[in-house]
Amino acid sequence: MTWEAVIGLEVHARLLTESKLFCGCATSFGAAPNTHVCPVCLAYPGALPVLNRRAVELAIRMAIATDCEVQPRSVFARKNYFYPDLPKGYQISQFERPIGTGGHVENGGMTVRLTRIHIEEDAGKLMHESDRSLVDLNRAGTPLIEIVSEPDLRSASDAAAYFTRLRQILMYTGACDGNMEEGSLRCDANVSLRRPGAPLGTRSEVKNVNSFRYLARAIEFEIERQTAILESGGKIVQETRLFDPAAGETRSMRTKEESHDYRYFPDPDLLTLEIEQSWIESIRGTVPLLPRQRIARYQQDYAISAGDAEVLTADRGIADFFEATAAEAANAKSAANWVRNEVLRVLNDRKTELADYRVTPAMLGRLIRLIDSGAIGGKAAKEVFDEMSESGDQPETIVEKKGLSQVSDPAAIRDAALLVLERNPAQVEQYRAGKIQIFGFLVGQLMKEMRGRANAEMANQVIRELLESPRA
Amino acid sequence: MISGSIDESLRTIRENDGRIHAFLHVAKHDVPAIQPADSFPVAIKDNLVTTDMPTTCGSRILGEFYSPFDATAVARLRAAGGVIVGKTNLDEFAMGSSTEHSAFGVTRNPWDDTRVAGGSSGGSAAAVAAGMVPVALGSETGGSVRQPAAFCGIVGVKPTYGRVSRNGLVAFASSLDQIGVFSRRVAESAELLAIIAGHDPLDSTSSRVLVDDYRDGIDSGVSGLRVGIVGEAIRDLKGEVRANFDAAVEVYRRGGAKVETAHVPSIGYSIAVYYIIANAEASTNLSRFDGIRYGHRSARARTLGEIYFDSRGEGFGPEVKRRIMLGTFALSSGYYDAYYGRAQKVRAKLRADFATAFKQFDILLTPTTPEPAFRIGEKVSDPLSMYLSDIFTAPANLAGIPAMAVPSGFSSEGLPLSLQIMAPHFQEKVMFRAAQFFENETAYWRATT
Ligand SMILES: [Zn+2]
Repeated sequence: MTWEAVIGLEVHARLLTESKLFCGCATSFGAAPNTHVCPVCLAYPGALPVLNRRAVELAIRMAIATDCEVQPRSVFARKNYFYPDLPKGYQISQFERPIGTGGHVENGGMTVRLTRIHIEEDAGKLMHESDRSLVDLNRAGTPLIEIVSEPDLRSASDAAAYFTRLRQILMYTGACDGNMEEGSLRCDANVSLRRPGAPLGTRSEVKNVNSFRYLARAIEFEIERQTAILESGGKIVQETRLFDPAAGETRSMRTKEESHDYRYFPDPDLLTLEIEQSWIESIRGTVPLLPRQRIARYQQDYAISAGDAEVLTADRGIADFFEATAAEAANAKSAANWVRNEVLRVLNDRKTELADYRVTPAMLGRLIRLIDSGAIGGKAAKEVFDEMSESGDQPETIVEKKGLSQVSDPAAIRDAALLVLERNPAQVEQYRAGKIQIFGFLVGQLMKEMRGRANAEMANQVIRELLESPRA
Repeated sequence: MISGSIDESLRTIRENDGRIHAFLHVAKHDVPAIQPADSFPVAIKDNLVTTDMPTTCGSRILGEFYSPFDATAVARLRAAGGVIVGKTNLDEFAMGSSTEHSAFGVTRNPWDDTRVAGGSSGGSAAAVAAGMVPVALGSETGGSVRQPAAFCGIVGVKPTYGRVSRNGLVAFASSLDQIGVFSRRVAESAELLAIIAGHDPLDSTSSRVLVDDYRDGIDSGVSGLRVGIVGEAIRDLKGEVRANFDAAVEVYRRGGAKVETAHVPSIGYSIAVYYIIANAEASTNLSRFDGIRYGHRSARARTLGEIYFDSRGEGFGPEVKRRIMLGTFALSSGYYDAYYGRAQKVRAKLRADFATAFKQFDILLTPTTPEPAFRIGEKVSDPLSMYLSDIFTAPANLAGIPAMAVPSGFSSEGLPLSLQIMAPHFQEKVMFRAAQFFENETAYWRATT
């Protein structure tokens, strides 16, 4: 009989605020140690916390985006323990009454239920040297949300996919930048095994995993480790384990018996967080359409394939770019192709962020209009696009400057075609003798004659007419 | 108008503080020969942070700590002309009722230097009573302004919770702490409180309720005022404290107040509830004193564990350690519901009882303390009897209501006695009016000048 893995994730996401959760210090990453600190986040005597409204707003946004119920009243609590990166000797978090409860995230065909979302402050950082440890408190007090899932995941790949989906939603809502290298997103995994249908087994908690790959590996390792113990008749010990990325394994940090008594209690320095329904509604208005909703709409309204829609919605910026382009071009299908094939290629080749990209949706949309109106041909369009990406010039300017506008004047094309036929009597004879493959060559000569600007369809038509007609 | 010469104040401190020991630091600044007309000297309890003098909280754990910012109340005082002439003694971290738990020695009562000045704000009370300063700031958690005011025969006010910003007040028990004021006359306290009161964006628990003009109508008497005597508080009260209280009540009757017995049924649980909540909050408020970022770090500590254990072990005195342990216990898993959880429920009941009583009464009266100033050393080894000093004062902190102590006469040994006036939330104005009436009718304050 096989074992079934039961997995739940606790994801910590740093909220994208300019200042810390309870003081005015900046939250920026990578500053010199202990330069973004003040009496509040250093826990100087007499300094008091004042809640950052923006952090609450972002937490509410994320709660709405995951269909959580936003609690009209929630409570900040102190989680007490001593550590040098924790200046007050307690972390301000939410315990019994979190800001968001319930909710769920759709992940492929499966629904992952959320237990809760709560707001808390981050700790500082320790740097260990051979004979001493240094404390950097720049990060102390930066706002986080913790998103706790129910144990609905059944495999390492499920868990990684859910984590990916959650990151996407965090980035869509603007709650978090999703930057895993800078630690904006971290994850703890609760893993246990059971016989299918049996009650939950004893779990271990793997702490502080900061990549999708590590998460999958950590869970795989836990499943293997626990399976081996259970198969040999052993018992799982409830414990906290740390993932070691270098070794690809988890190691015991502390058992349940050694665990802290955090002595949670409501923080008397902060009032009950009361949230008006009207505020929730106004925040609801700022929550963008999420990937799942956009994919459905793209398929339905624009007849875009599921695969293309998935690619276009992976990043909110790209999805917004595509939608704006489609609106400007009045041609969603073409906009989808351009964004998917060309824009993503250029961004990838140049390692450019969308924010720094010189082509705007308006420019790309107008380029598509130029194609659709017949003003330029497909080949010229590519050239215009590459030039736009390079120079940031407007498409019309490039067409003008490079002389790329398409010739659709029948008389001009006919004149050029006559010239081509006159110069290539042998080929004309071959064609008329039945070697119709020569047709393409003659059209090519015509395009060359007109330096590629001839309307391709008309070029075909004119050559055919001339060849089929009685001798000119 | 609060008035007084800064030079005169500094001179009196120099002459008398050797005996009283009200001050932990005295301003060294050369006071300019000409003071601005509106300046006045003021003493500050040494658990309010100041940039120009160290803040010790009466503890060794802070070492020579200088705060990078002024407490909001201190900043407002300075802006209004207050010149801080010194910082006053207190029980370590305001935990005590006698200043005997100060790491830097006891403050003596100016009326009898074998007796305590009360606490924890004993230094501020003694400084005012001894004429060293006209006014002073203290802080309250369970009576730490009113009790020493009573012992020293002066006026002491604890405003409504949230009336004065706690920013810069080193926290003892955040849900109970409130900065209070001392003076010899009621009107001076009213003026001083008006200076420091009002909303502060740096304290989330500070109230946006507008500050009344406390001196407007302060002399209009008590005719028709509904005065309640808290029956449960005085039931077992005997002897001269009882006689003094009855006489004080008589003063209100004669003034035309409608005096009746009031009921606050849960008031008897106050001390038990107070010591659970206050110690629980204190146990985590004091975690920041860990020897890592500021304050005392043990010289012998070699490991992280030793930094914590030795720095705190050496830095905190026995009363603080006792309270941290009691508070830690009350919050610990498995005991939380029975202690902290239940204490919060009783506290809610007490608040409701006061709210009910204040439907019927404008103010409530009790004695401020069950007895006058006790002898130095008398209770220091008996924490429970020391804790009972707060029996009449702690209820107001738990309920968050304003309350004040007003001199009401003397014991047969010549020690000051005191009347406590309590009022509903943010009704300091009626409280001051009732106190002013009492002062006008009795003039016990004259004995202190
Ligand atoms: Zn800060």
